[in-house]
Amino acid sequence: MSNGRQSRFLFITTCFGIAFLYIPMIMLIIYSFNKSKIVPIWGGFSTKWYGVLFASEEVWESVTLSLKVAVVNACFATILGTLAGLALVRFGRFKGRTLFSGMISAPLVMPEVITGLSLLLMFITLKEFIGWPDKRGFTTITIAHITFSMAYVAVIIQSRLAGMAQDLEEAAQDLGAKPLRVLIDITLPLLAPGMVAGWLLSFTLSLDDLIIASFVSGPGAVTLPMLIYSRVRLGLRPDINALATIIILVVAIGVLLAAWIMFRQQKQRELELSMSEEN
Amino acid sequence: MNEADKISHISLADRLNHVLQHHWKRLIVFIPYFWLFVFFLAPFFIVLKISLSEAIIASPPFKPMLNWAEEGIMQIRVVVDNYAYLWEDDLYVKTYLNSLKISTISTILCLLLGYPIAYAIVRSSHTTKHILLMLIILPFWTSFLLRVYAWMGLLADQGTINNLLISLGVIDDPIRLLYSEFAVYVGIVYTYVPFMILPLYANMEKLDWTLLEAAADLGAKPMTTFFTVTLPMTTPGIIAGALLVFIPATGEFVIPDLLGGGNVLMIGRLLYNEFNANVDWPVASAVAMVLLVVLVLPMMLYQHIQSKETEG
Repeated sequence: MSNGRQSRFLFITTCFGIAFLYIPMIMLIIYSFNKSKIVPIWGGFSTKWYGVLFASEEVWESVTLSLKVAVVNACFATILGTLAGLALVRFGRFKGRTLFSGMISAPLVMPEVITGLSLLLMFITLKEFIGWPDKRGFTTITIAHITFSMAYVAVIIQSRLAGMAQDLEEAAQDLGAKPLRVLIDITLPLLAPGMVAGWLLSFTLSLDDLIIASFVSGPGAVTLPMLIYSRVRLGLRPDINALATIIILVVAIGVLLAAWIMFRQQKQRELELSMSEEN
Repeated sequence: MNEADKISHISLADRLNHVLQHHWKRLIVFIPYFWLFVFFLAPFFIVLKISLSEAIIASPPFKPMLNWAEEGIMQIRVVVDNYAYLWEDDLYVKTYLNSLKISTISTILCLLLGYPIAYAIVRSSHTTKHILLMLIILPFWTSFLLRVYAWMGLLADQGTINNLLISLGVIDDPIRLLYSEFAVYVGIVYTYVPFMILPLYANMEKLDWTLLEAAADLGAKPMTTFFTVTLPMTTPGIIAGALLVFIPATGEFVIPDLLGGGNVLMIGRLLYNEFNANVDWPVASAVAMVLLVVLVLPMMLYQHIQSKETEG
């Protein structure tokens, strides 16, 4: 009896939670098709705000900048984060390891205002002493994003390494492969799914960041979140609803696609594994 | 055979190859280490340095840094000034306390909502589990800023909630929801609840659920089982989730700015304004340093849990 009450409570809370997470996004999408300029008052169906959005050159420029930053950031963050994860899990104790692991996990929880402020002051100091970076924009935003993204990649790689069986690596070593060969031929391919996940996460984190980019950006360099923020802080805007709808749809399709690909790969690996066992 | 002799006779490419062959481990550690040292650790010392320098209103904001070395003695006097200013001005103390209050209450609300959801996910069947996890993670991949913006539309005076309540006849005039502390709580819980659910789920997934059956078999009431078995077993997940909500929420800027308006004092917003609107870099740096000190204990606790988790 009490068990039934318990599961009913769990069911209701979960439904409430999911509704809480999704209703605001659904409302955002619905009102993007609103004819009226005043967002929450329905004035009939229209797609005119998508036209307004696409006609804006500012929007295209900021989308281009954000995508460029996100791609470069994701590539560098994946490399640096993978190296960091390998160092922390596979290299045992080394000099300065405690500081290293502290620096890796701190960016995950550091309030963005602190990271943003400190990086900007760092760039200004660097410019004073070595004349670089001469202007703030693409480069400084990308460096700032790599710094926090690589921490997320390192965490993913660490947890993958920790949960990975080492028998393949040991077998290669027993057969006479040098440690560097083992790393390149065995460990890195095994880490590939983690690196892909890290790349995607870094890409998303970069596209999402407002605060750090606003601190370290210079005149003329406006990322998409910076543009959205400058528009919505003055109130509701139907063209931003249209933009939000596009972003939500792209993300939803991307996540579903990624899940489907991972699911298929896993199936295939299981199949190959069972076939090789039969032989 | 002399190793050094051999090296001196080989080409640069071979030498590079040699370095790679023998020092690759050191290289793997050095590259990310160097990056974090330059772009993560060093900047904090610069913030510290600027927080200890004098604010000259008329001068360019980076001037105090140059003066610093030359006026070492004078520095000691202004050191006290910036931090003393924070202490003496009521606004800063109040804002720090209010930030901590808001993030504490938000963390509790996230736990109250997230715990049953994580529990339900763990106990559901294989397929349902994957669908629910996907539903929890999906919003995390969409824009944080736009999810906060969504609530502006819901909470505005002419927003969806007020319109609905008026049309249902519950209220006659719109009630003030947006630009209040209530809106900030809604915003924080909304955006941070997945950060509570996921560590809780990861923790519960590994638990030995037969202990619950054992407790029930031995005659424990569900409530007793929950408080004596389930809750203690899930404490690590609760702590990890609570820290993941509490720490960033304390320094939050976007939510108090867009949903709280000028009515809600939070330190992240104050810091941003101090820096960008007032252009008082030394005071902004001092605000950041104090915030860092306030959060350093929870951050160290989180790092401790994190390293225990990954090292097994």
